[in-house]
Order: sequence, then structure tokens, then C-alpha cells
Amino acid sequence: MTLKSVSVSLTTLVFSFALLASNSGCEVSSTTSRTADGPEAGSTAGGDTATPGDGSDDGQKRVLIDGSSTVYPISQAVAEEFQGSHPNVKVVVGTSGTGGGFKKFVAGETDINDASRPIKEKESTQCKDNGIEYLEMKVAIDGISVVVNPENDWCKAITVAQLKKLWEPGSTVNKWSELDPSWPDEEIRLYGPDTDSGTFDYFTDVICGEEGASRTEYTPSSDDNILVRGVSGEKYALGYFGFAYYLENANKLKAVPVSATDDLADAVAPTAETIEGGKYVPLSRPLFLYVNKAKLARPELAEFLTYYLEAGQDLVSEVGYVRLGKATHAETVEALKQAIGE
Amino acid sequence: MSDQQIEYAAILKRRHRISTCFEWVCRIATGSALLFLAVLLAGVIWQAWGWLDTQFLTGFDSRRPGKAGLLAGLWGTSWLIFFTAIFTVPMGVGAAVYLEEYATDNRFTRLIKLNLSNLAGVPSIVYGMLGVTAFVRMFGMISAADGWTLAVSLGIGTLEIPLPLGRCLLAGSFTLSLLILPVVIIASQEALRAVPPSIRHASYALGATEWQTIRHQVLPAAVPGIATGIILALSRAMGETAPLIVVGAMSYVAFAPGNLDTPMAAVQDPQRVLDAPFDVFTSITIQITNWIEQPKEEFQNLAAAGSLVLLILLVIFNATAIVIRNRAQKKISW
Repeated sequence: MTLKSVSVSLTTLVFSFALLASNSGCEVSSTTSRTADGPEAGSTAGGDTATPGDGSDDGQKRVLIDGSSTVYPISQAVAEEFQGSHPNVKVVVGTSGTGGGFKKFVAGETDINDASRPIKEKESTQCKDNGIEYLEMKVAIDGISVVVNPENDWCKAITVAQLKKLWEPGSTVNKWSELDPSWPDEEIRLYGPDTDSGTFDYFTDVICGEEGASRTEYTPSSDDNILVRGVSGEKYALGYFGFAYYLENANKLKAVPVSATDDLADAVAPTAETIEGGKYVPLSRPLFLYVNKAKLARPELAEFLTYYLEAGQDLVSEVGYVRLGKATHAETVEALKQAIGE
Repeated sequence: MSDQQIEYAAILKRRHRISTCFEWVCRIATGSALLFLAVLLAGVIWQAWGWLDTQFLTGFDSRRPGKAGLLAGLWGTSWLIFFTAIFTVPMGVGAAVYLEEYATDNRFTRLIKLNLSNLAGVPSIVYGMLGVTAFVRMFGMISAADGWTLAVSLGIGTLEIPLPLGRCLLAGSFTLSLLILPVVIIASQEALRAVPPSIRHASYALGATEWQTIRHQVLPAAVPGIATGIILALSRAMGETAPLIVVGAMSYVAFAPGNLDTPMAAVQDPQRVLDAPFDVFTSITIQITNWIEQPKEEFQNLAAAGSLVLLILLVIFNATAIVIRNRAQKKISW
């Protein structure tokens, strides 16, 4: 209690000092309403452009993206290429996680939120309360990959029922032989994303039947590279994470084909073709952008999103994800056009 | 020899043995600490070898490891530490002088001192949360959707202060200042306490006022200690990641704050200097964290190279400060 009060008083101290410092010795000449979020958008909107020593990149515009670290590689790649052809726009991308990003998005602090799962009802309500309308755009598909050690020569395929038995809360499966009697009588070492992850939300939803329902005796990490290292270092390990991390480490890992039925013959391995063709079920999932509709009035944002769906789609496969199917892509483009038109 | 002498010789031998034992325990402690440090350094250098080139120091981040650079982080961290120092030094030293030289010892000051020690131990992410509320959102007094820009005309350009501050560099600096203020205050207090009271008494006896005593006797004598505290605190601020992420530092930023990417640009276009504090930013630590999480393996090398740059910067920073401190120490002549 006292701790809090002191820290708050320190805060006011810092704050008043800053105000003093910025106001002393100069006069307040004008106050312009800020129509956009970028720190320099005020000057462009206010129309006062003639400042001494204008650089060629004056009037620069910013696009602010935050959210999922799974979607980050795509957004970063698109941002990098977009900036190459639009030198007056700078796109910045953060990695606060899908949920952490939404907290900033609902406060109107970002233009776009990267999401590896659909928006939750609670987050949607918060948007409504704050008067923020959003557009949901699918931008790529990810296939959550179930992986084992390359030395694992018994697990050739796995069924969803087996995965459920292994991962559901209170699971009693501790040995490979408990999943299939022909598998070795050795303990399974489990690796998976931590509970803040959209991948965790999606996997538990489709495998265990309820979002967030998972056994707790496994090694969780928010850093997928740690999961990769864990599974590639232990013969009896099993883990799951996004397709991109499997693809980059395909020499150290083995992806297990997953069967939606009880018949192992139906098992499908995660590849670009099976994920795009909708055959890798149920672990394929769309990746989203959530766009603040009001900010679409800024031409640079509309331009960036259009670019994301055009040239950006070629980058999706470059960074290890799978591009949208033709029908979904056309739908998304149409939805974006409509939103920009409004 | 008498029995007593034999007994004494035996005890003496044992005492010396214990003494030697203790010396070796201390040696092993130092040695293992050094060994860990050496292993860590060797590992980082091994991983960073060949990646720490001019491209890395002059380029911006990229999805291609061969093209990625640390420039945005270098500028971001420099600006952050510059402003953090500007805010922390006067406030920290001022508070310490008040608490040590002016304040009477009552319940209120005791409470403040107790709280300062507690604040120094609060996890840094808590300061990040405080920073978001206080600086980024300004307690929600103005919503981000209908924010204002306060434009102040200076001779060289226009200072545009967004209200609320938003996710800008200055908000990050304020947060880091809060984080290290308790450390700076406590260290400065200890330095002031170490100045012998006789110096103060002598000064007063010659008719000096409190201000004259503090200005000419107490502060100069305490400068080496105060400087050490400030250096350690700023080094800590340089290595922070968590509070900056909470405050809203970005992972992918391909420009320096205010687009000021060479020192020359500051002279050519001073407006950029005025823009920098209110721009979005990243830091060396955030770029390192981000690279570690990337799927491509080469980014691990980049992360190591980034760590090496941070280490080198810290060494330069500390060395400069130690030189300044030693100069100040030489000036004390009583």
C-alpha cells in the first residue's frame, strides 16, 4: 500500500519535471488535433509542413502492428518489402502475443493486431465498448505440427484420439506403450507452447475439445526454439508447434502424420500441399490480421493491407507458412475492398 | 618441549591449516566465477564470429539474417539511456541530498527510506505496467482515439508532443528512470553519509551556509560514490527488456527514432532531433530477444553478435565513467 503510494508520487514527480522541461523557454504556438496515431501524423494532418531544413523523408507515415509472434515473420517480411517500394511509410511490428496485442488494439493504440486465433468474445466486447470497429482478415494458414525425434522409428502416424488421450487434462499416459502396445515401454517427454500462446489455445480446442484444456505435466515454453531443442535432443520426446518451426528444423525433427479418424491409414503429414488443400485436419488453422476500421481512412494503411494480400502472399511461403486457398483469398480481398470503400 | 608447547604447536598448525583452507575456498569461488564468465564469453564470441561486421552495425533489421542489422536498436538504446540519465541524475541526487542533508529524522522520512529500499527490489516488469498507465496512457485522461498534439515552436523546428504520450521513446525513458531512481537515491545517500560530519562542521564554523557547504564540500567529496551508483544503475537500465516490451517497444523497427540514423543528420535537419523522443522505438535488448525467438537458425548468431555489442558498449560506458570518477577523486584535497 505504502509502496504503491510512493511509486505514484515518484511518477507525478517525473511527469511534472518533464512538463516543466518541455515548456520552459518556449511558447505554445498551436495545438493541432491528432487524427492518426503516428507521432508525425499530426504535422501532416495539421498541414504545417514548412519546417526549416526539410529532409526528403519528412511527412513520414507510420503503420503500427502488434500481436502474435507466430504471425510476426509474415508481417515483418511484408513490412520489409513494402517499405522498399514505399519509402515514405514505415511499418513497425511488435510481438506481444495474440492476447497481449489485443489489449493494445482494443485501446486504439495499434492499427493492426496479428492473431493466431480468432478474436475472443471478451476482446470483441471491449472493442465495442471503446467504439472500435474491426475487420478480420485471413492472411495465411498454419499447420500445427506434431513432432518427434528423428531416431523415433515406431511412431509412423498418430490419431486425434491418441493425441487427446495423451494431452487431455488429467491424462494418465506416461509411456509410449500406453498409446499403442507395439510402441516401446519408455516414458514420453512432452513439449508444448505455454498457455499465453494462440497455438496452445487452438491445439487444446481441436484436440481436447475445450480451449485451454491441457495436461500440465509437460515442458512449456513461449520460445518455440526451446521446444525444437527439447524434442531434437531426446529420443522419446514428443511436442507440437507451428509449421514454420518444423520446416526450418526439418533435419532435426520428424513430423508425425495425424489421422482425424481412428484408422492410421488416413493419416496426413503436414506439408504445404496438404495444409493448403485442407487435407491436414484438424490441425490446420488460419492466421489473422485484425484491422482498426476507422484507421483505414489513412491511405498508407489501406495500401499496406492491399499489398499484404497481393505481393505479401508470395512471402507467406518464404517464411514457412502456407498461402490462402483461392476462394478464401478472393473473399478476404473483397472484404478489404469493401471496408476501404466505407 | 613441555606438554604445553607441544599442544600449542599442534593448535598453531591447525589454525594455519584452516587459514590456508579458507584461502583456497575463496580462490575456488573466484576461479569458478571467472570460469563461468569465460565460458559464457567464449560461447557468445564463438557464435557471433563472422556476424559482427559493418553491415550488422549499420543496417536495419531484416528477415534475411545476412542483411539484418542492429542500427535501430543502437540508436534506440542510446536515446533511451540519454534521456534516462537526464531525468534520473538530478532527481536521484536531489532526493538523496534532501534526505541526507536537510530532512529531519522523523517517521515520515523513515517511511520514505524504507520504501526506497523496497522499491529497489520490485521486479522491473511492474515498472513497465506503471509506465503504461502513467506515461503511455496518462491515466486514461485522454483516450488514444482522440489524442492531441501539443506543438511548441523552437528556433530550429517544432517540438510536437503527442498527448497521451503513446508508445514513444520518452515513455520508455520515463519508465527506466522510475526503475533505477531508488537505486540511484540509495547509492547517493550512502555516498553522502560517508562524508565525515567534521567536514560539515568545519564549513559551518567558517560561516558557510547549508548551500555553500553542500555545494563546495559535501557534494564534491561524495561524487565518486554517487557516480558509481549512477553508472551501475544506468548499466542495469541498458540491459532491461521486460519493462520496455510492456511500455510498447517494437520488435521490428527499420528506422532510427526520428529517422536520425547518422550523427550528421542532426546538424543538417535538427527537426529530426526534436522528433526522436516521440517516435516509436526498439532497443538492443529487444532486438536480441526477438532474434532468439526466430525460427531460422542464423538468427541465433545475430543474437550473439547483438549481445557482444551490448557487452562492449557496457565496458566502454563503465570505463569512461571510472575515468571521470577517478578524476573527481583526485580533486578532493583534505
